[in-house]
Amino acid sequence: MLDRAGVDRLGADRPTTGALFAGFFSIGICGFGGVLPWARRMIVEQRGWLSAAEFTDLLALCQFLPGPNVINLSVALGSRFRGARGALAAFFGLMSAPMVIILLLGMIYEQYGGLPGVRHMFAGLAAAASGLVLSTALKIAAPLRHKALDVLMAVGSWAAIVLLHVPLIPAMLVLAPLGILLAARGRR
Amino acid sequence: MSQLPALAGLYAQLSLVAVGGGNTVLPEMQRQVVNVHGWMTGQEFAALYALAQAAPGPNMLVSALVGWQVAGLPGALIATGSFCAPSSLLSYVVSGAWYRFRDARWRRVVQAGLTPVTVGLVMAGATLLTEATSVDWRFAALTAAVTLVLTLTRLSPLVVLAGGAALGASGLL
Repeated sequence: MLDRAGVDRLGADRPTTGALFAGFFSIGICGFGGVLPWARRMIVEQRGWLSAAEFTDLLALCQFLPGPNVINLSVALGSRFRGARGALAAFFGLMSAPMVIILLLGMIYEQYGGLPGVRHMFAGLAAAASGLVLSTALKIAAPLRHKALDVLMAVGSWAAIVLLHVPLIPAMLVLAPLGILLAARGRR
Repeated sequence: MSQLPALAGLYAQLSLVAVGGGNTVLPEMQRQVVNVHGWMTGQEFAALYALAQAAPGPNMLVSALVGWQVAGLPGALIATGSFCAPSSLLSYVVSGAWYRFRDARWRRVVQAGLTPVTVGLVMAGATLLTEATSVDWRFAALTAAVTLVLTLTRLSPLVVLAGGAALGASGLL
């Protein structure tokens, strides 16, 4: 049953730990430039582990909690179906291939990073990656642009880090409660 | 090896304050790695970040590369493990209870309140990275062009990153 929030899916048709590992492994190797779209495709469209609405709800949790979203997603989904073993299977499925690949790339970089041609290549790659993060930031900022208070909060958070050089943890201790307070007042 | 506890401590902290995903802690990671611990220059950090972006998998794998540079394979495993473990444990514990609160008002308020902060922090990370990678005006122009292309078109980021690497390698920049 593809019912709400997976509460009815704890019968025999729930994915095994092996299937969880394999499913998340497939996301890990193909997830270029962000893994979330691939995760949705595998979980909802290819394997039917969750309905679209269930996926959105689980994703909301994983974005709400701290930490890398897709890793939270693997742990939450794995534990929902198969408890602690399922969580471990999904987590290691997701991480094992990318970890090996990134370390191989790191070794190549360490070996050849000093050559002028390679250095130039990486300077270009790094400048392009900055553009990638800038555009990500712009995309997540776009929905806020009509809310003056949200824009102010976002600019204030940016300025605290970039202009005032406040370390993140003290900044968060002020910004997070302030943002939540403003959101609570705005909704009243 | 003596850097392993520092790596573990840094990434465990970052894990728990990464509200809104891994990119939120990018400015703090850069500040700690470059300014506080002096493990590498800002430009080296930006290159490692770019490498992690160009590889498949979750984009927080920059932690593995930082760990690798600082203390080899143990460093890579410790940094990545410390970055994942605290938040994963929290997900494990909380995900069962989450469904019950799905319509709770406080949940929506907290989420609405944190979103602009997340936006500001990701933008801050982008600003600091851009400062580090803009060696001269030509690299700054490349960053600006990539930002425009990725914001306005649906071109794959991987294609654009490869284009940036090719431009750099060609020596035109």
